[in-house]
Amino acid sequence: MSAAPIDLPRWANAGLVPLVSVAAALLVAGLVVIGIGESPLEATTLLLRGALGSAEGVSFTLYYTTNFIFTGLAVAVAFHAGLFNIGGEGQATIAGIFVALACLWLAPLPGILLVPLAILAAAAGGALYGFIPGWLQATRGSHVVITTIMFNFIAATLSVYLLVEVIGKPGSMQAETPEFARHAILTPMHELLAPLGLKLPATPLNSAFLLALAALVAVWALIYRSRLGYAIRTVGANPRAAAYAGISPARIIMVAMAISGALAGGLAVNEVMGVQHRLLLDFTAGYGFVGIAVALMGRGHPVGVGLAALLFGVLYQGGAELSFDKPSITRDMVVVIGGVIILFAGALDGLFRRVVASGLRFGSAR
Amino acid sequence: MTEPPRSAVKPAPAIELIGISKRFGPVQANKDVALKVAAGSIHGIVGENGAGKSTLMSILYGFYEADSGEIRVSGTARKIRAPGEAIAAGIGMVHQHFMLVETLSVVENVVLGAEGGAWLKGGLARARAELARLSQEYGLVIDPDAIVGDLSVGLQQRVEILKALYRGADILILDEPTAVLTPPEANQLFCLLRALKAQGKTVILITHKLREIMNVTDRVSVMRRGEMVAHVKTAETSPATLAEAMVGRRVLLRVEKAPRQPGPAVLEIAGLSYVDGRDCETLKDVSLTLHAGEIVGIAGVAGNGQSELLEALAGLIQPSRGVIRFNGQILNAAERNPARLRKLGLMHIPEDRQKAGLVTAFSAAENAILGYHDDPAFGPGPFLSHAAIEAHARAAFAAYDVRPPDPALKTAKFSGGNQQKIVLAREIERAPKVLLVGQPTRGVDIGAIEFIHRRLIALRDAGVAILLVSVELEEVMALSDRILAMCGGRITGERAAETADERDLGLLMAGVSEAA
Repeated sequence: MSAAPIDLPRWANAGLVPLVSVAAALLVAGLVVIGIGESPLEATTLLLRGALGSAEGVSFTLYYTTNFIFTGLAVAVAFHAGLFNIGGEGQATIAGIFVALACLWLAPLPGILLVPLAILAAAAGGALYGFIPGWLQATRGSHVVITTIMFNFIAATLSVYLLVEVIGKPGSMQAETPEFARHAILTPMHELLAPLGLKLPATPLNSAFLLALAALVAVWALIYRSRLGYAIRTVGANPRAAAYAGISPARIIMVAMAISGALAGGLAVNEVMGVQHRLLLDFTAGYGFVGIAVALMGRGHPVGVGLAALLFGVLYQGGAELSFDKPSITRDMVVVIGGVIILFAGALDGLFRRVVASGLRFGSAR
Repeated sequence: MTEPPRSAVKPAPAIELIGISKRFGPVQANKDVALKVAAGSIHGIVGENGAGKSTLMSILYGFYEADSGEIRVSGTARKIRAPGEAIAAGIGMVHQHFMLVETLSVVENVVLGAEGGAWLKGGLARARAELARLSQEYGLVIDPDAIVGDLSVGLQQRVEILKALYRGADILILDEPTAVLTPPEANQLFCLLRALKAQGKTVILITHKLREIMNVTDRVSVMRRGEMVAHVKTAETSPATLAEAMVGRRVLLRVEKAPRQPGPAVLEIAGLSYVDGRDCETLKDVSLTLHAGEIVGIAGVAGNGQSELLEALAGLIQPSRGVIRFNGQILNAAERNPARLRKLGLMHIPEDRQKAGLVTAFSAAENAILGYHDDPAFGPGPFLSHAAIEAHARAAFAAYDVRPPDPALKTAKFSGGNQQKIVLAREIERAPKVLLVGQPTRGVDIGAIEFIHRRLIALRDAGVAILLVSVELEEVMALSDRILAMCGGRITGERAAETADERDLGLLMAGVSEAA
C-alpha cells in the first residue's frame, strides 16, 4: 500500500495521459536529436511531412498502421482476459504459412472464394497457435508469457524449415514461396479507389486496411457488447468471481488466446496477401512486439489501439523518410525514438498519471 | 505578547477536522465535515453504509486528498497527502483487511518499511527491544519470531497495532476492528484500547456495532449521508438514540418473524466430505436437510468447515464423498456447477463478496448480471444490450435501496453494505428455491442489516429454503428456525431456535459433544 490508486476522469485516463506520455517521449527524443547535432524542429517537420505530407506518405503510413492495428488488437483482447500474449510474432508467422498454403493450393478456385478462404486460413493458423499456449495454461498452468515467447522461436524455425525444404520456390536463392496467382492477392488501394476517380500512387496499402478497421469495430463489439466479452473481462478482472458466476476461466483463457492469435493472423493477411504476394522469411519484422506497446498505449480499447497504431504508423513512415533526408539520423535513431515512446507510454504510465492527477486537482481548485 | 499563556487554553484536540468535503464524480462522500477528537480519548464514529466514515478516515490517513477543508493534528494545521505524511504526523491506521506479509515473522512485519538502513540486523534488534517495551507497557503479549500466517486473526490484528505503535503513532484509527474477531478476541481488543488510552494515546474507532461503541468509547460522532449529524458523550446516549441518528428514523434492533411453516425437503445432504488441496479433511460426513420455508443457521467459529460446506453446495468445489439431493433428485458431478445450479434455482450469496461475489472493477450494472449474463432478457443472441442491463440495474437498485442508485458507477466505489445489497438484489430477485447465504451482514451496518434481515425473513415466509452461515452468533440465533453447530468440519449438534441458548451453542461450537 505505497500509494492510493489514482482515479482519473475517463477523458483524462484515455486521452490526456497518453498525450502527456507522447509529449514527454518526443521531448526526450528531441534531446537525442540535439545530441547528434541536428535540429529537433527540423527533424519533426521532416518526419511529419514524410508521414502525412503527401498521398504517398499517407498511404505508407496507413499500410504500417494496418499491421499495428492487428497486432495491437491481438494483445488487447488477451489483456482483457488477464493474459499477456507476447507471441504475436509466432502466431502471425504460422498464419503466414497457412495463408501461403491456402493461396498456393487453392489457386484453382476463383478469387471471390479464394481470398476469403485464405483470410480464414490466416485466422485459423493464428488462432491455433494462440490456442496451444492458452490450453497449456488452462490445463497445465504453464504461464503464457513463457510459452508464447518460446512459441515464437518454434514458429520462426518451422517457417525456415518449410521455406527451405518443403514449400520454397525451386531454384531461388531466397527462402520464399513462388508468387501467388494474381487473383489470390488483396487489391491494392490505388486500384481499389481508381474507379472512384481517386488517383493514388502505387503503395503497399491494400484492402487489408479496411479489414483492420472492421476488426477494430468487431473487437469493440466483442469486448464491450457481447456475452463472451463480458465473460472474458470477468475472468481477467476476477477469476474467482468468474468461477462463482459459472464462467469457466480455463475455457475463457483458451478462447481468448485463440481470438488473440486470430487477430495477430491479420498481420499475415496484410503482409503476405496484400504486399509481398508470397511468403518470405521473417515477414513479421517485429510488428508483433510493437503491438504490445500499441495495446498498452491504447489502454486495450479499440479506439485507443487505432490511434496508437496510427501514431506508430506515422513514426515508421516518417522515420524512414527522415533517415533518407538526414543521413546523420539513421534508421536506428528512429528505432530509438520509437523505443522512448514505448518506454514512456507503456512502462512509465504511472508517472504521468500522478502528474495529470495533481494538474487536474490544481485546475479544479482554482 | 499577543499569544495567550499556554496554561490558559484547553489542550488542543488530537485531531481537528474543519469543513472537510470530498466528491467522487456525482457522489458527495463528505460534506463540510467537522470533527474534534480529544487527546487521550477513545472516539467512536458510527454511520450507515456509504455515510462517508471510511472516506473521512482515508482523507485523514492520506489515501485521498480532501477537495476542501483543513486537518489539524494537535493544534497544528497539516497537509496529509500520503500515508507516509500521516505516519510522520503520528497517525497510525489498522485496516479492516490486514496489511501483513504472512510468510514473514512478527518482528519482520513490524519493521517493514521502517527498517532504518540498508542492513536488516540493527533494525531488527532495535525492533525486538522496542517490541518488548511495547508488550510490557500495554500488555500486548506476542512472540516476535512467530510467523504471521500461523497466528490467529486476533493476534494478526495485534501485529497491526504494534506496527502502528512502532512507527510512533499517538493517534490510532481502527476501521471495523471486530469484524473478523470472535467475541473473546474482541473483548481482549477493548482491554488493549483502554490500556492505550491510559497511556495517553488517542483512539478513533469506526464500527457499526453499537454495543461496542457503548462499551468502550468516551464520545461518539454519528455520520449520515456524508455529513456529521451528532456529537455526543457516550455516557449520555443510548443505542436506540444512536441508531435513530444514523438512519434518520426509528429502527428495529430485533428481528420479528412469524412461526415457520416448513414445507417439503428441498435440499438433502448425506455424508458429505471434502478433502482440500493440503490433504486436510475440512468437511467430515456432514448430513442435513433443508425444507422449504425455513432458515437453517450454521453456528461456528470461522474456519470450521462452514465455508467449504457453502462452496460444495454451490458447486465451487467438488466433495470427495457424499450425496446431494435437490427436490429428491441426486445431483451428479456435471450438475454440480454454479451455472447449472442457478438454473435449478439454487442461488448463492458468497461469504466474501469483494473477492467472489463481485467484479469490483466493473460498473454496478454489470455486476447486477454476474452469473445471469446468459439470460436472453439482457440482449439479442450473443450480444448484451447496455440499455437493458442499465434498466434492470436501475429497477433492482430502487427496490433494494442501493445508494447511490447509479448503475454506471464503478462497484469498488460503493460502500460494503451497498455492495452487499447489489449481490442480494441479484440473487434474490431470481426467485430462488434454495438460497445459500454466507455472512450476509459482515461489515454492513444497522440500517442495512435491518433491511437484509427483513428480506431474508420475507423470502423464508415465501417458501424459500435458506441455509445461513454467519460468524455472528447473535445473527444466527435471531434469523434461524433451526441451528446446527459446526466444529472441525463436523456437525456437532442441532437446536431449535426457540430453545437454543448462547452458552449451550458455544459448547457445541467448541466441539464438546452432546450429553446423551
